[in-house]
Amino acid sequence: MKIAHIEEAFVKKALLLCAALSVIVTVGIVIVLLEETIDFFRVVSLGEFFGSTTWAPMFEPRQFGIWPLVGGTFLITLGAGLIGIPGGLGIGMYLNEFAPASLRAVIKPLLEILAGIPTVVYGYFAVTVITPALQRVLPDTEVFNAASAAIVVGIMVLPMVASLCDDALRAVPRAVKEAGYALGATKCEVAIQVTLPAALSGIIASFILALSRAFGETMAVTLAAGSTPRLTLNPLQSVQTLTSYIVQVSTGDTPQGSIEYKSIFAVGMLVLVVTLLFNMLAYVLVKRFRSVYE
Amino acid sequence: MSNTHGMTPTNSTIFGGSLRIQGKKKALTNHSRATWQPRHRWRAFNAKLFTISTFLATLSAVAALIYLLHSIAGQGLERVSWTFMTSFPSRFAAKAGIKAALWGSAYLTLLTAAIAVPIGVGAAVYLEEFAADSKLRRLVDINIANLAGVPSIVYGMLGLMLFVRLCNFGRSLIAGAATMSLLILPIIIVSAREALKTVPMGIRHAAFGLGATKWQTVRAHVLPAALPGILSGIILSLSRAVGETAPLLMIGALSYMAFVPESPLDAFTVLPIQIFNWSTRPQDEFHVAAAAGIIVLLALLLTVNALAILLRMRYQRKAQW
Repeated sequence: MKIAHIEEAFVKKALLLCAALSVIVTVGIVIVLLEETIDFFRVVSLGEFFGSTTWAPMFEPRQFGIWPLVGGTFLITLGAGLIGIPGGLGIGMYLNEFAPASLRAVIKPLLEILAGIPTVVYGYFAVTVITPALQRVLPDTEVFNAASAAIVVGIMVLPMVASLCDDALRAVPRAVKEAGYALGATKCEVAIQVTLPAALSGIIASFILALSRAFGETMAVTLAAGSTPRLTLNPLQSVQTLTSYIVQVSTGDTPQGSIEYKSIFAVGMLVLVVTLLFNMLAYVLVKRFRSVYE
Repeated sequence: MSNTHGMTPTNSTIFGGSLRIQGKKKALTNHSRATWQPRHRWRAFNAKLFTISTFLATLSAVAALIYLLHSIAGQGLERVSWTFMTSFPSRFAAKAGIKAALWGSAYLTLLTAAIAVPIGVGAAVYLEEFAADSKLRRLVDINIANLAGVPSIVYGMLGLMLFVRLCNFGRSLIAGAATMSLLILPIIIVSAREALKTVPMGIRHAAFGLGATKWQTVRAHVLPAALPGILSGIILSLSRAVGETAPLLMIGALSYMAFVPESPLDAFTVLPIQIFNWSTRPQDEFHVAAAAGIIVLLALLLTVNALAILLRMRYQRKAQW
């Protein structure tokens, strides 16, 4: 009896430690990034970081204006959103409202496969298939370009949006829809005017998560969009994103401790803060959504 | 009045019926014409249009998947061979193989599982079975939800500072595995908790009723019952780790390696990094090698995922308590 109790207490402590580790990881991420970021801002002023529009960390005169990287990231994120969000919502609605059960049973696993393809594979696909195709249609397209990256990231977030939308739509109680049918609405009218608004917070949360995913996406973007920090709205040009800058520096031969090396932590901090804001927003929305129907 | 608008049968009975019950057919019809027009043809057209467009969205996603797989197979299938799998990378694209990468991926996955599985499942058990519904639990909840959304490259930075520098592991297999463990920990925790939640309370109560302690109950009854679900979550999270590139690039996995790592402290490379490296080269021959590498990687992942799906199906069948 006593041994069992000692074991119990020991196991409970050990398990608590495991659970606490997840909090420690978060704290670790923040400390690591913060430390190096503060180091970085001892040399480069916040005014320059957010005030200048030139990002030239490798060459003299060095300039650390973050906007070209932010611009490149947003260009690709928005492009990906334009493809992934309506597409994903459409798929979610089709699967939930219109698709026969047999088709749904086929498409769901296919979407899971699409979601499980590693990002580096998407990057390869962008470079070897999408970019040449774009160049055939629009000859101005550069070898590395934002459009190709946006398309491929859009495809990447498609299954995620679809399955989250599907879940959100599914959670709408049947009675709510039946009420719509009873008033004489067609299936499609119920889908758009009843189910969709009822699931709206969950659906918007899925959009936000998709944007956050696109924002933090690294490999596909690095391969497809190139590494030219440039403030442009032209998707046919090469741009550099926040994440692909981090890859460029960490795979290059930049010496540790140098200012351009430290700059990746400042950039990483920015990526973390933005994605965390996105995620918190989505989390709050989903919580609100759940409290309505459960 | 019903058929003049070309109504669908369902609608005509609904509206026709309701009007007839009123008994003032003509008056009401005129009145409702003024305020409400059913426009059935237009609505039916819209409904069809919308259904078709959502169907097209679904079709295009499936088409994208098929096109992606098809084009990669077309580029690289001929290059996949036993020699390709058992050769080291080379400056000459035609001789390059993925031996180091394949072994690196295998070792990394095993080490990652060894680190992440006990911790992840432990955390899930604590949160589901031991923790009182307290502030701490809510905090961990939000924290894990957020961790799951942190971009993988940020984990790479944490791994670089924590394991490569602070723990002095260097750019080694163990540093990579530890980094990957942090990355998949939230996934394991979330899926294991879901699996534990599906175990009915009755099982726990029965064990408690016989005088078992909490841990005895969990170890002997709850965990075995939740095992298929936990396993399928573990497999999916590991398959995520196998395909992950960015964090390993951060911590400095090699892209050219002509030996198989022999200890956890050796340098390493993995399949996705090898693919990335070949993809960045301008020569087409290396792109072919990359495509071949992708085929091997996808074949591995699909097998593993199929395993998880099988487990889940078995689980769903068994879980009807």
